[in-house]
Amino acid sequence: MVLKVFFPSCCSSADSGILIGRWISEQSSAVVLAVVHFPFIPVQVKQYLGEVQRVTKVSVSVLGSWSNSKQEKEESLSEFLEDLGTIFCHEPWIQISKEGDSKFWSCSTLQKHSQNPQEEEIILVYYDQRKVMLSHLHPPLDTTGQRAEDASKLSAVFDTVARSRVLFLTDRYDEGPIKLTHWQSEGVEASIIVELMKQASVPACMLLTFLLSLVSGVCRSRVLKFWPLSFLWSKLSTCEQLGHRLQHLQVISSNKKAQNQTQLMRKANIFVSVLIDVALGILLMSWLYRKNRIGHLADTLIPVADHVAEELQDLLQWLMGAPAGLKMNRALDQVLGRFFLYHIHLWISYIHLLSPFIEMILWYVGLSACLGLTVALSILSDIIALLTFHIYCFYVYGARLYCLKIYGLSSLWRLFRGKKWNVLRQRVDSCSYDLDQLFIGTLLFTILLFLLPTTALYYLVFTLLRLLVVIVQGLIHLLVDLIDSLPLYSLILRLCRSYRLAAGVKFRVLEQQDGKPLRLLMQINPLSYGAVVQTYRLPTYSCYPRDSWASLCKKLFLGELIYPWKHKGEKQN
Amino acid sequence: MAEERRFSSASGAPIALRRRQHSASCRELSVRAPRLQLRSLSAATSAVWLAAYGLFALSENSMVLSAAIFITLIGLIIYLHFVKIDQESLLVIGSLGIQVTSSYASGKESTTFIEMGQVKDVVINEAIHMQKVIYYLCILLQDPEDPQGVSEVVPLFQSSKPRLDCLIEVYKSCQEILEQRKTAPQSS
Repeated sequence: MVLKVFFPSCCSSADSGILIGRWISEQSSAVVLAVVHFPFIPVQVKQYLGEVQRVTKVSVSVLGSWSNSKQEKEESLSEFLEDLGTIFCHEPWIQISKEGDSKFWSCSTLQKHSQNPQEEEIILVYYDQRKVMLSHLHPPLDTTGQRAEDASKLSAVFDTVARSRVLFLTDRYDEGPIKLTHWQSEGVEASIIVELMKQASVPACMLLTFLLSLVSGVCRSRVLKFWPLSFLWSKLSTCEQLGHRLQHLQVISSNKKAQNQTQLMRKANIFVSVLIDVALGILLMSWLYRKNRIGHLADTLIPVADHVAEELQDLLQWLMGAPAGLKMNRALDQVLGRFFLYHIHLWISYIHLLSPFIEMILWYVGLSACLGLTVALSILSDIIALLTFHIYCFYVYGARLYCLKIYGLSSLWRLFRGKKWNVLRQRVDSCSYDLDQLFIGTLLFTILLFLLPTTALYYLVFTLLRLLVVIVQGLIHLLVDLIDSLPLYSLILRLCRSYRLAAGVKFRVLEQQDGKPLRLLMQINPLSYGAVVQTYRLPTYSCYPRDSWASLCKKLFLGELIYPWKHKGEKQN
Repeated sequence: MAEERRFSSASGAPIALRRRQHSASCRELSVRAPRLQLRSLSAATSAVWLAAYGLFALSENSMVLSAAIFITLIGLIIYLHFVKIDQESLLVIGSLGIQVTSSYASGKESTTFIEMGQVKDVVINEAIHMQKVIYYLCILLQDPEDPQGVSEVVPLFQSSKPRLDCLIEVYKSCQEILEQRKTAPQSS
């Protein structure tokens, strides 16, 4: 098999020494992690490698020799390097040598115990050690330590480099028996800001946990669980959103360190999302309260509600006349129209009762926008729901009447044909009726049938209005969902440090020379933005449509009440 | 060593196949499509701008003209960056894998690398495309559970669509390297 040597590009200019790394025998590939320089004592090197192996669980061993000579190849050095092969017995012993500033290195292997001593081809693959160490390969492997060997070749390489972090902690300036060259051999880099933030995060997390426990204790108290209040909380989307954000904050402020990459990314995504949300909310709040815009908003609220009520009254007057040229049943028309008009009159009176308090309520409610833009949008959605409550009531009345009529009609139609619905068997059976039953049934059927257009028209009009309101609310919820679930940290990471999220690798063929091994450069192929969003989406209490289009149309036709958006916590009916 | 030969694509456009052998087990095959012609670009731009002038003459609104310029620019950028593929190449490295690269006219390159362990075979398949039956080269990926099964088919050279003669050349080159992995002795 072809021998593949993965060589870190940072070691290209290292002094002569021996190569240490991991040999993956099933794939015939050697992953070089560092170069140990002369002078060294072989026993100490073996000891050190044993310690590293124990800590990282990666089978690190001496793979071969590396010679970087400024002049022509020295014979004595090459013999010395071959002799090293006998001390660190590794099969096969890889010898890489670089002369002067030449790009083309010569690479050979020494096989002592091989059956067929033929020249096997060697491929030299350069990789950027720091990027491969920090990168995370998608799709993530669901393997434990033992199965890592069965995994694909490249994930084994990534795995090896990532787990050997402890090897990269000693740098050139450390006083020790072993002198290594790897990507950090110029000195361990660290950022002061990151260290300070790490130190500050522990007390901040504890404080946040304490505050959150207080808040959740208050929320869970018995006072708020009485029936009218609990019903109200479940209907308001603001409470759902606040509960959702509370959950998020609890995830961030937990003391447990993130176990794996997915948890870490999720925590970071939630943190950035909450931060951006609060920032946008505060921006919105400052815009609203500047120039007293919120006062103007409160002032226009009552006139808008009045205007909507007037439009509804005009609509009802139109329905009570001859709408679109259709001829209605006068008596039923008048009854329904007057009933709805009275309802609107009541509603307007209540709104006018509230009008002196509206500005104050709105002012204080607007303050809660500092909790986040999503909370502000949920409050907007709730205000719309409250203001259009009369439309919802009309829809329910119209739907119930229509539904009753349809059921009555279908049952009497069965009677007309001499059939009956068998409740026990859940099917239609034939039935013999008495003459008086048939007579009454036919009369009722006729009455209901001729009253159908009137009821149907009222039902149609109010259903359309209700659907309009539902669509507006649905759009707002969609926006809230988007802000909730967008993984901003992952997207920014993909933009700025694209090597951290790897979909795979790509190889570039470097200049070749006959007789020298094939030289390839391995670069990281970053994940596409769509895949980033899909992999790291935050889960939400998503309001997605509960019914398919077909069942929705069926429900509308039959007059059943529709609740188009399903929340995840709700039980199925 | 590199050699280049001219072929034609399924729709009649001239394409060029370049074969490079980097080493005994590494080959690169790239198919180059004809570049964006100046005359088609000018024709499209003139058509859009004439239509915009016509609308301007009718409506006397100068926003139409600026909108037309904007649309032309955005459309050109989108076309060069997302639609026009200049070159599609296949890099076969025996015992590592197969790499498929598409280079767009704006310089963007989109690459996928398939490891050799996942590759079952490279075959030429037939497909019904619009009103024609065309041949295309594809990589069959191994199903991890079922050794005889195929989990995915990855079609190659989708935008340049070479004809059968070009595909046979590519097929022969690939098979020479794929055969090596069957005859290679297993490492002890």
